[in-house]
Amino acid sequence: MPVDQAIVRRIAHLARIELAADEVAHLACELNAILAFVEELGAVDVEGVEPMTSVMPMRMKERADVVTEGNIADAIVANAPATEDHYFIVPKVVE
Amino acid sequence: MTTQGRPSKLIKGATGDWEVVIGMEVHAQVVSKAKLFSGAAAEFGGAPNSHVSLVDAAMPGMLPVINEECVAQAVRSGLGLKAKINLRSHFDRKNYFYPDLPQGYQISQYKNPLVGEGTVSVDVSPSERIEVGIERLHLEQDAGKSLHDQSATESFVDLNRAGVGLMEIVSKPDMRSAEEAKAYITKLRTILRYLGTCDGNMEQGSLRADVNVSVRRPGEPLGTRCEIKNVNSIRFIGQAIETEARRQIGVLEDGGVIDQETRLFDPNRGETRSMRSKEEAHDYRYFPDPDLLPLELDQAYVDALAAALPELPDAKKARFIATHGLPAYDASVLVADKETADYFEAAVAHGARSRDPKAVANWIMGDVAAYANSVGLSVPQTHLKPAQIAALVDLIAAGTISGKIAKDLLVILIEEDKDGDPAAIVEARGLKQVTDRGAIEAAVDAIIAANPDKVAQAKAKPSMLGWFVGQVMKSTGGKANPQAVNDLLKGKLGI
Amino acid sequence: MTDVTELTLAAARAALVKREISAVELARAQIAALEAARVLNCYISETPEQALAAAASSDARLKRGEARPLEGIPLGIKDLYCTKGVKTTAGSRILENFVPTYESTVTANLWRDGAVMLGKLNLDEFAMGSSNETSYFGPVISPWRRPGSNVKLVPGGSSGGSAAAVAARLCYGATATDTGGSIRQPAAFTGTVGIKPTYGRCSRWGIVAFASSLDQAGPIARSVCDAAILLRSMAGHDPRDSTSVDRPVPDYMAAVGTSVRGKVIGIPKEYRLDGMPPEIDKLWGEGVSWLKAAGAKIVEISLPHTRYALPAYYIVAPAEASSNLARYDGVRYGLRVPGKDIIDLYEKTRAAGFGKEVRRRIMIGTYVLSAGYYDAYYVRAQKIRTLIKRDFEAAFAAGVDAILTPATPSAAFGLGEKGSADPVEMYLNDVFTVTVNMAGLPGISVPAGRSAEGLPLALQLIGRAFDEETLFGLASAIEQSAPKIEPPSKWWT
Repeated sequence: MPVDQAIVRRIAHLARIELAADEVAHLACELNAILAFVEELGAVDVEGVEPMTSVMPMRMKERADVVTEGNIADAIVANAPATEDHYFIVPKVVE
Repeated sequence: MTTQGRPSKLIKGATGDWEVVIGMEVHAQVVSKAKLFSGAAAEFGGAPNSHVSLVDAAMPGMLPVINEECVAQAVRSGLGLKAKINLRSHFDRKNYFYPDLPQGYQISQYKNPLVGEGTVSVDVSPSERIEVGIERLHLEQDAGKSLHDQSATESFVDLNRAGVGLMEIVSKPDMRSAEEAKAYITKLRTILRYLGTCDGNMEQGSLRADVNVSVRRPGEPLGTRCEIKNVNSIRFIGQAIETEARRQIGVLEDGGVIDQETRLFDPNRGETRSMRSKEEAHDYRYFPDPDLLPLELDQAYVDALAAALPELPDAKKARFIATHGLPAYDASVLVADKETADYFEAAVAHGARSRDPKAVANWIMGDVAAYANSVGLSVPQTHLKPAQIAALVDLIAAGTISGKIAKDLLVILIEEDKDGDPAAIVEARGLKQVTDRGAIEAAVDAIIAANPDKVAQAKAKPSMLGWFVGQVMKSTGGKANPQAVNDLLKGKLGI
Repeated sequence: MTDVTELTLAAARAALVKREISAVELARAQIAALEAARVLNCYISETPEQALAAAASSDARLKRGEARPLEGIPLGIKDLYCTKGVKTTAGSRILENFVPTYESTVTANLWRDGAVMLGKLNLDEFAMGSSNETSYFGPVISPWRRPGSNVKLVPGGSSGGSAAAVAARLCYGATATDTGGSIRQPAAFTGTVGIKPTYGRCSRWGIVAFASSLDQAGPIARSVCDAAILLRSMAGHDPRDSTSVDRPVPDYMAAVGTSVRGKVIGIPKEYRLDGMPPEIDKLWGEGVSWLKAAGAKIVEISLPHTRYALPAYYIVAPAEASSNLARYDGVRYGLRVPGKDIIDLYEKTRAAGFGKEVRRRIMIGTYVLSAGYYDAYYVRAQKIRTLIKRDFEAAFAAGVDAILTPATPSAAFGLGEKGSADPVEMYLNDVFTVTVNMAGLPGISVPAGRSAEGLPLALQLIGRAFDEETLFGLASAIEQSAPKIEPPSKWWT
C-alpha cells in the first residue's frame, strides 16, 4: 500500500484540507484503490515519448501591452467574506 | 569560471582562511503597461485593489493570456546578458497557499525558461574585472501585498501587485566577496536600465535580490548555502553577505554544521536570522500550466529585437575610450548611468562644435557631480543643462574665463541664474578674464610699489612669487589672465 | 398548439419566426414545466423574471423582423458557467453564495444570439462525477424510470441537470461541459444528444475550471439538429482563452442530414470490453448496420492505448483540479470558516466547502504532483496521452472519417447503486468517453436504442479535430435509422 496514514495527513495539509481523525484510514484505502487502478500505466513503454503539453497544436496568442482592465475594486471585493476599504481581510499572517 | 580562491578575497578566521561563495537570484519587475497575464495596470501604487482584473483576483473561470511586451522585455534582457534565448519555453504552476497569491499558484517557468546561460562582465575596481555567469532568466508573476500594521489581529490584502511581470535572473555562484556581489548587482541594474526592461528601483521593490551565501576552505568543494531573502538595497546586500559569511565561519570553526535554510537580514541588528516558519513542508508541485500553451518564438523575432537593442554599457565605455579619448576610469563612471552618459555626450556635442571630452568629463564627474550628490540627484536630474556645461568648457578653452572664475560661474548657475547662459552671465557680470597686458602691468606695478619689503625677500626666495600672483589676482577681482600675471611678475621681480 | 414544451428547439425557432407563438409564451410554458418538476432537482437557481424580460425583448425583435439565431429560445445553463448577477455555485457549498460580476464567453454568445435563460442547472460538484450525486444541492433525479418501477435513477453526470432538464422538457436545450464524458454520458442516459466539440472550439473563459486541458463546453439537446444549432452559437474564438482556437465556426446545421455515403467509419476493436453487456454490443452492431445501409464504409481499426486512457485520466484530471481548486480558499469569495490562523482558516474552509468526491480528487491530484511522484505519475500519464492521441491520428491518417463506439458501458443505474464502496466503480462509466478528452477530439452521443429495462442507450461518434460537421452528419444518419425514443412520461407532474 503506497499511501499510509502519515502520507494522507501530509497530502491533506499540502492541499489545505482539514481531516477528521476518523477519515484518515478510510481515505488512505480509497487513495490506494485509485493508485492501484492507475498502476497498469507502469507497464506502458513511454521511452522517447514527449509528454503532451498542448492538446491542439497551435501557437500561443499574445495580448498587446495595453491597460484594458482595472478600477473595479467594488467588483473585486463584491463576494469577499471579509473586506474593508477595498482590502481583503484575513487573520493576521505572521511573517 | 572563477572557481579557485582569489587570495585577496579570503576571510581570516580563527583557524585559517575561508572563501565566501555567492550566487544571486534577482527579481526584476518588467517595464510594461499591463500585467504579465492580464490587462490590469502594472503601474506602482494605486488605491487598494484598483489595478486588479478578474484574472488577477483569480475569480472562478478566469484565464491568463500572456502580454507580448513582457515576453519581448525578457528576450531583450536575455540578449543584454549575452544569454541564449530559448525559442521554445513553457510556463509552470508553482503551487502554494498564501493570502497574497490569489490563484493558489504562481505562474512561473520552472523547467524550460525563456532565457538560458549568459554572462555579465563586472568591474569590481578600476583594475579588476570578473565575469559572472548567468544560469537562467525566466518570466513569472509577482504576488500581491499583505499589510500587517493596520490591525492587531488581521492582515489586509491588496492585489495591485499580483500578476505584475517579473524576470527572475539567476546567477552562477561566481562571486567571492561582498564587493563583487555589490558590483554585480550594480552592473546588472545598469544593463537592465539601459535596455529599459526594468527601472531598477530597489526602494519600490522593482529590483529585489535573494542572495545565496556559503563558505569553504580555499580549494575545497562548495559548502552548504543559506539563502538570504529579499535584501532591498545594494548596501544591505554587502552587509548581509559579510554578516552571513562571518556567521557561517563561526559555526564551522566551532565544529558546527550549516543547515541549508532561508534567512532574513535585519539591517538594524546587523544580523541574519532563520525564517524556519517559511521552510515548512515546501513541495511546490510544479507542473505545466494547462491554461497556457508553450511559448514559441521565431529566430527572426529574436534577431529583430537584438538589432534594435540600445548600446549597452560595455560597448559605450569602449566607445568613450576610443572616440572621446577618455581614461577607462572616467568612461566607467560615466556609463554607469545611461542618462549621465547621454548627458556627457550631449555636452560634448552641443552646438555642433567639438570641445575637449576630458574637460567635459572632469566637470560632470567633479563639481557638477558634487552638487548633484549634495541635493540627492544624479547629474542629469539636476536643472543644469548639458548646453550650460558645454558653454562653461568653451569659455575656459577660449581663455574668456579662468578655471577659478568658471567655478564661481557654476555656483551662479546653481544658485542664482538657473537657466542662465554662461556666456551672457560672464558678459553681464564682467567676469571676463583680463588679458590686456597694459591693464595687468598696471596692477602688477601697483602691488610691487606697495610692498618693497616683500620685493626684497622675493629675490632671495623665489617661492614668494605665489604671494604676488595672489595679490594681483585679488586686485583684479580674479579676472587677470594668470599666465600673463606670472610672466610679468617674474620679469619685474627678476626671478 | 397543445404543449409547446414538446417542440424541438428547431421547431420552436421556426414557430417563433413565423410568429405562431411568442417568446413570452414559450418562456411561460417552460417556467411552468420546470416549476412542476422541482422533484427532479434539475435547477439550482430559477430565473423566471429574467427569462420573461428577455423573452419580451425577443418578441419585440421578432416583431421587427430582427430575429437572431436563437431569438426567444429558453435555455438552461449548467451552473458551472458564470452568469453575471446570477448565483453560480458549481454545485459546491464553497460557492453556495457566489454571484459573478461577469458573464462567461459561451453564455454571452448565447445571449448575443437572442437566447433566454431559464435558470442554472444542477451538476456534480465542480463537474466531478458521473451520476450527479456529488452535488451539494442534492442529486438530480432522472425523468426516466424502469417500466413499472419507481426506483430513482441517476441522469448521469456531471451535466446531470442539463441532460435531465432537456429530457424532461424543462428547457429547449442546455449548456453542459465535458471533461471525461460529462456531456456524452448523461446525454446517453437520458435519450438526449450531447456533443463535446474539439478542445479549443468553445471558450473556457468564465466556466469554473475542473481540468483545464480536458474541459470543453458543449450543448445537450433534444435532437442532432438542435445540438448543431446550439453549438454554432456557443463556439468561436475568444482572445481571453489562450487555448481557444482561431478558426471560423461552420454552419453545423447544414451538415445535419447530409449523405454519409462513402464515409469511412472505424470500429475500434479495443472498445470491445470483457464483460460488456450483450445489449451494448448489440446496439453497437446495429449502429454499424445503419451506417453501412446509409452508404458508409466500415473498417476495423486498432487504438492500442485505449485501455490506458481511463487510468491516465485519473492522474491528469485530479492533478489539474488540485491546482485549479486552490483558489477556493475563503479569502476573496465563497465560503469562509474561521480558524485560529490563516492556515487553519484554509483547512477548515476547504474541508467544509468541498464535498467528499472533490476532496478525494484534490488529494489524489496533490499526491501525483508531489515531490518524488511527479515523474512516475503525472509525466508518465501525459506521455501516455501523447500515445493515445497518436493512435487516433494514425486511424484518421489511414482514411477513417469517424469512429463509432458505444457511449456508455451500461444504461442508467439507480441512485446510490455505484461507487459508494469503491470510487473506481463509478469512474468506469467514462471508459468509452474519456479517450476523446485525452486526445482533444470531438465526440457526439446520439440515442440509438433502449436497454432490456427500457432505458435509453446511445452510440458515440468520434471525429477528426475540428470536424464536428462529419459527426453531425453521421449522428443524424443514426438518428434517422434508430427506433425513435419517446420522451419519458411526466410521472412527476
